[in-house]
Amino acid sequence: MNESLVEFGSLFFSKPATAIAGQVDSLFTFILWVSILLFLLVFGAAAVFVYKYRSKGNTVIPKQQWIHDNRFELLWTVVPFILVMIVFVWGFKDFFLLRVSPSYSYEISVTGKKWFWVFDYPDTGKTVMNDLVVPVNQPIKLIMASEDVLHSFYIPNMRIKRDVIPNRYTTLTFTADRVGEFTIFCTEYCGDGHSAMLANLKVVSKDDFEEWKQTGGASDDMPLADLGKKLYADKMCNTCHSLDGSPMSGPSWKGLYQANRELSDGSVVVADENYLRESIVYPKARVVAGYQPVMPAYAGLLSDREISALIEYIKEIK
Amino acid sequence: MVHSASSSVNFFKASSGWRSWLFTLDHKRIGIMYLVSIIIAFGLGGLFAMALRLELLSPSPILFSAKEYNQLFTLHGAIMTFLFIIPSIPAALGNFLLPIMIGAKDFAFPKLNLASLHIYILGSFFLLASLFVGGVDTGWTFYTPYSVETDTSTVMTTLGVFILGFSSILTGINFIVTVHKMRVPGLTWMRLPLLIWALYSTAVIQVLATPVLAITLMLLIVERVFGVGIFDPALGGDPVLFQHFFWFYSHPAVYIMILPAMGVISEIVTTFCKKNIFGYKIMAASSISIAVIGFLVWGHHMFTSQSPLASAIFSFLTFFVSIPSGIKLFNWVATMYRGNIDLKTPFLYFLAFLFLFFIGGITGVVLGALSLNVHLHDTYFVVAHFHYVMVGGTTIAFLGGIHYWWPKITGRMYSETWARVACGLIFLGFNMVFLVQFFMGSKGMPRRYYTYLDQFQPMHAFSTSGTWVLGLGFILVVFYLIDSLLNGEQAPANPWGGLTLEWRAASPPVLENFDTPQQVTHDPYDYENGSIPHA
Repeated sequence: MNESLVEFGSLFFSKPATAIAGQVDSLFTFILWVSILLFLLVFGAAAVFVYKYRSKGNTVIPKQQWIHDNRFELLWTVVPFILVMIVFVWGFKDFFLLRVSPSYSYEISVTGKKWFWVFDYPDTGKTVMNDLVVPVNQPIKLIMASEDVLHSFYIPNMRIKRDVIPNRYTTLTFTADRVGEFTIFCTEYCGDGHSAMLANLKVVSKDDFEEWKQTGGASDDMPLADLGKKLYADKMCNTCHSLDGSPMSGPSWKGLYQANRELSDGSVVVADENYLRESIVYPKARVVAGYQPVMPAYAGLLSDREISALIEYIKEIK
Repeated sequence: MVHSASSSVNFFKASSGWRSWLFTLDHKRIGIMYLVSIIIAFGLGGLFAMALRLELLSPSPILFSAKEYNQLFTLHGAIMTFLFIIPSIPAALGNFLLPIMIGAKDFAFPKLNLASLHIYILGSFFLLASLFVGGVDTGWTFYTPYSVETDTSTVMTTLGVFILGFSSILTGINFIVTVHKMRVPGLTWMRLPLLIWALYSTAVIQVLATPVLAITLMLLIVERVFGVGIFDPALGGDPVLFQHFFWFYSHPAVYIMILPAMGVISEIVTTFCKKNIFGYKIMAASSISIAVIGFLVWGHHMFTSQSPLASAIFSFLTFFVSIPSGIKLFNWVATMYRGNIDLKTPFLYFLAFLFLFFIGGITGVVLGALSLNVHLHDTYFVVAHFHYVMVGGTTIAFLGGIHYWWPKITGRMYSETWARVACGLIFLGFNMVFLVQFFMGSKGMPRRYYTYLDQFQPMHAFSTSGTWVLGLGFILVVFYLIDSLLNGEQAPANPWGGLTLEWRAASPPVLENFDTPQQVTHDPYDYENGSIPHA
């Protein structure tokens, strides 16, 4: 379970997981207190005026009206200006700290596509979906690109976010200062599965990270169908494929195995193991009539055993 | 100088039949048709908002599928932006009031004015037609490449917005020329009511910025229909370029929305305090400077997508907009000092505006700070912020304006008691819906989410419950205003003791606004030296 954003942390913010997140929050606290002071001044004055000068049922025109005073106008031009310049410099400083990644950062490549995230660890050749695992106290640099539309990679506990754009790399950097499990959101609207495009960030100790790099993600001991059930949620199949027959962005899995499928070119095919495998690995090859070819190819993202597990699971959904 | 109906009849009775409305050249009738159209648009957009909030009562599906939800929030945004807020004060109240407030018989180009109404209605049909031909699910911002790839009717909707842009441009040109050329003798620039200054600044933005939107949307249509690579990276285009183009219009458009509201607020506060405005010149100058600076800050919508250097520059410039806005707020409060304050409904809307605009403005400063923006961008914090400005600011001022000029427009009074109750409900309901969204957003809840993490449900449910209070308030307004039309007592020419020119006209005004040529001999709110018309 990821750490709750609402339950932990301050009234306004989730519990920080980087040193700099706390600094970002303190700018907010500064603005908040200055605002409260301003609020009391402005609305205190307004309340006094409304009470003191409320009409007594007459239409007397007030005499010697105060309509201009350079000192006051200068006051409420200069003071707000100084305040917002403080806010600018403060925000600017933290913004650059958020963006600078040290040269010894551990690099992970991130790919966003409708509607999941893929993380590649170049030093090990390891590829995982939706579960980003990083070591604590180690600067991490994410090099991100999208395969389709705009996405945005957002880790609330780190106070970082960056748009993920097709045909261009953007980067994000952070150094987690405590172990834990955190939520990652997509925050650039990307279609039907946008709100389900969640991922998990697991910050672990350096030793655990080394161990995970060797063995992590292995699921050799699980029965195939059980593994398939787990993958159905982990690999975001559930964003587009229902289990109860209701159509979503993709066809339901209910009764799918061995059913006759009418394709968009009019031909009919039996959904056997080979068709299911092809539909997972190269989904655009033979699309069922009535659906858009929007599913991304899972070639290289699933091991052979995982593909078999998903097919076993589909067989069970009757 | 009491007007008698002997010389001319009021503009309602001057002619009759549907043609006398649909093809009228009278700015007052055109204003009323705009008013009716935008109220219908607001009702529709409001219904969509209620439906959206109802869906968000729980993270599991209630009413809609994800696709339907995405279409609904797109339409809610597009309708409220292009069919309601942008035309609200300028096209409805501005059309009715601008010529009267400068003592003119009509606009410089009455036929152009009628054309802009017809174009508005045509554009609305295109925009709303997308509802029946598959909907559009891109969000009102039409970001590429999603808007190029989606199978929904993006072309129809963008064409609608494209057409609406022309209505906006023509209205702007008409306003500018009219203010320059049609003022009555004695009405110098420094004697213009602040609403006129605000409408003038708005018109300048409309004329300069709207063509950019039109071109951008045309490029988008060209890309979709002919497959020319402009914004779509798959075709060799650049999606961030679209964001630059889009916000180059749409940020100034935010000031198209808020500047007229500030003008209305200045009119209300002076009349109900019987006070000259505090710092007239700086108030007028701040409207102009907001319009100018508004053109230089579009990049603050893109802190998470553009280069860090560009972000830093745009953040710096953004803070400059807060200064003239702040000056206005302080000056309105100073205007109340030693006034004779009449707590009628329009003044209650003024107070509500002060409160809500303060929150909208301060949260704007929070979002202008680069480091905080990175965290809060595209979360509910932003949603709450712009609703505080657009609804808490513009819509509240629009309602205040409707109540302020209702007797002038219709010649009828409304129930003061019910109006106060409705104002209270709207204020309460609005804060219930949106205040909690600041907390949701700073905790990390992203916007445009059909479903969400369970931990956010209590806050979502509370926000949804506020929509019912808010909706009730609006329904109440519709009821007592219709009642006012049917049973309201006759309004005097100057029920509130206003000093500007429109209060010299009869309620409702005669066909050519005034029976006799008008002259101006004092500043617009100079209660000490001016004499209140019809007092």
